[in-house]
Amino acid sequence: MSSALKISGIRKCFGKGDNTVEVLKRIDIDVAPGEFLILVGPSGCGKSTLLNIIAGLEEPTEGSISIGDKPVVGVPPAQRDIAMVFQSYALYPTMSVAENIGFALEIRKVPKAERQARIAEVAAMLQIEHLLDRRPSQLSGGQRQRVAMGRALARNPQLFLFDEPLSNLDAKLRVEMRAEIKRLHQLSGITSVYVTHDQVEAMTLGSRIAVMKGGVLQQLGTPDEIYNRPANTYVATFIGSPTMNLVQGHALHAANGDACFDIAGAQLALTAPSHAGHATLLGLRPEHLSFDDAAPWRGVVNLVEPTGADTFVVVDTAAGKVTVRTAPQTQVRPGDHVGLGVQAEHITWFDQASGLRVA
Amino acid sequence: MSTKSFSAQTLWRVLLYVTLAIGAVFFLAPLYVMLVTSFKDADEIRQNSLVSLPGALNFEAWRLAWDSACTGAQCSGLEPFFWNSVWMAVPAVLISTTWGALNGYVLSLWKFRGSETLFALLLFGVFMPFQVVLLPMSQVLGWLGLSSSIGGLILVHLLAGLPSTTLFFRNYYAGIPKDLMNAARMDGAGFWMIFFRIIVPMSTPIVMVTLIWQFTQIWNDFLFGVAFSGADSKPITVGLNNLANTTSSVKAYNVDMAAALIAGLPTMLVYVLAGRYFVRGLTAGAVKG
Repeated sequence: MSSALKISGIRKCFGKGDNTVEVLKRIDIDVAPGEFLILVGPSGCGKSTLLNIIAGLEEPTEGSISIGDKPVVGVPPAQRDIAMVFQSYALYPTMSVAENIGFALEIRKVPKAERQARIAEVAAMLQIEHLLDRRPSQLSGGQRQRVAMGRALARNPQLFLFDEPLSNLDAKLRVEMRAEIKRLHQLSGITSVYVTHDQVEAMTLGSRIAVMKGGVLQQLGTPDEIYNRPANTYVATFIGSPTMNLVQGHALHAANGDACFDIAGAQLALTAPSHAGHATLLGLRPEHLSFDDAAPWRGVVNLVEPTGADTFVVVDTAAGKVTVRTAPQTQVRPGDHVGLGVQAEHITWFDQASGLRVA
Repeated sequence: MSTKSFSAQTLWRVLLYVTLAIGAVFFLAPLYVMLVTSFKDADEIRQNSLVSLPGALNFEAWRLAWDSACTGAQCSGLEPFFWNSVWMAVPAVLISTTWGALNGYVLSLWKFRGSETLFALLLFGVFMPFQVVLLPMSQVLGWLGLSSSIGGLILVHLLAGLPSTTLFFRNYYAGIPKDLMNAARMDGAGFWMIFFRIIVPMSTPIVMVTLIWQFTQIWNDFLFGVAFSGADSKPITVGLNNLANTTSSVKAYNVDMAAALIAGLPTMLVYVLAGRYFVRGLTAGAVKG
């Protein structure tokens, strides 16, 4: 099947000679039609640069971009059949909402009647009909965000680009608009690329997630793959809140000859996928740990954090701090001595040296 | 306790207002003297004190200053000079403002390799003493065939004003978010479309500032006026100087005062009409959102 967006071998360098900084190191991503791709990573990971390259606001140093099988490197942004929603909304302050939404159509010389029909349609879709005559300065943050999306929608582009569109909203509105974006994507079916540093947005919106760090694509996969089978320790700790527990230990053979895994002296009946004596990291999400008084792995409760639906308990163990997700009814208190039971089938193993997942 | 602090506060206030009032009187007194003197006739000026009010509103001095006071050998008042100044200032102000807006737009929103250096060089023009350019400029005007003409004065004022107008607009536009430009580019707008449809409509405050600034500079200029004008193209500042320096048997203070007021009126008027934009434009950045 053809792809809606094909990113091949994209490199981007800034500066010259010895001062060259490579912000993107050969990125390859194929996006299928109708997909919602998330580019996520910490600030400075190159995600926004990649989005700008897709948009045509920046040119890559090397590599190619195709939108709907058409190579677009060197093509001006306006001719790429794309629309973009910006973090700062970037509405035209002296134009009304209707003019903002219709501006791109006006430039493309769409006849007035058709333009107005399109504006009305988009306004209805976003429930902003009553705001059409207002100026952006008369709107709230959430309303501005809707107008910014309306402006992008009006063009009915082949590809939607979002540059951290929810970062400027307060927490409640952010959740609301997140759902709105998801609804609009399901409604329009337009292929979208969405940049965020928020892993919750990434998980809730994306049909696939590209986790980036230091200009390198760490992992590309569905939210389920990213969460349950992280490619390396970076992805494992970046996605998920609270973060995944990583505990260092060694594969051993116990006295009776069975394979076991030694965590700072505590021997767990687990088969680590590495040869004996090799340093390995055991990765386990908080929800896959539980309190078990009979367990050999023990620690002292350091912190109890209720969040309403769940309570997170931070336990100090000989191998470091780990977080356990538990029910809000939990009776554990700071200072309690507890045993930690692990759900072996949910363990992710990482090579200590490379950080890569081994099983 | 509270009454004590209240009275201390009141005293402070009173002191403040008294100081301000003294300051205001100090600065307004010359204007007052000019105004009352311009409405007196020669006898009143001689007999009464400087600050006394005129017996009646006598516009004779104003009429003389306007159309028949002598400036050297010529006795047709300030009127021809006034119109010279209008013909010089209006185009020079409009062109330097428009051009400055365009320069500022390019220097802050369409940066190119070396645009910062170019801007730094342009800034020299803001601080350069104009005496330095008098001779070379007169040479250039000669080559261009614009010596001693209003056209030449317009050109000189345009060039002298561009660094300031560019600076104003460049700094104002520097506050425009980059995303706004990117959004416009994605929408398909080009250089001129973005300028006219998005940037210019946002520029009212800074346009006002620049218009007031440039008009005041150009209208009040004496140096270029005296150096580059010919017999028929002297601006009002030069006319006023000649009028006040033309000696006759009796010094006509009332005419001198009226002439000075006529010369100063347009800039005052511009400030009164557009002044509220001046402060607003200097303090406000580009519109957010």
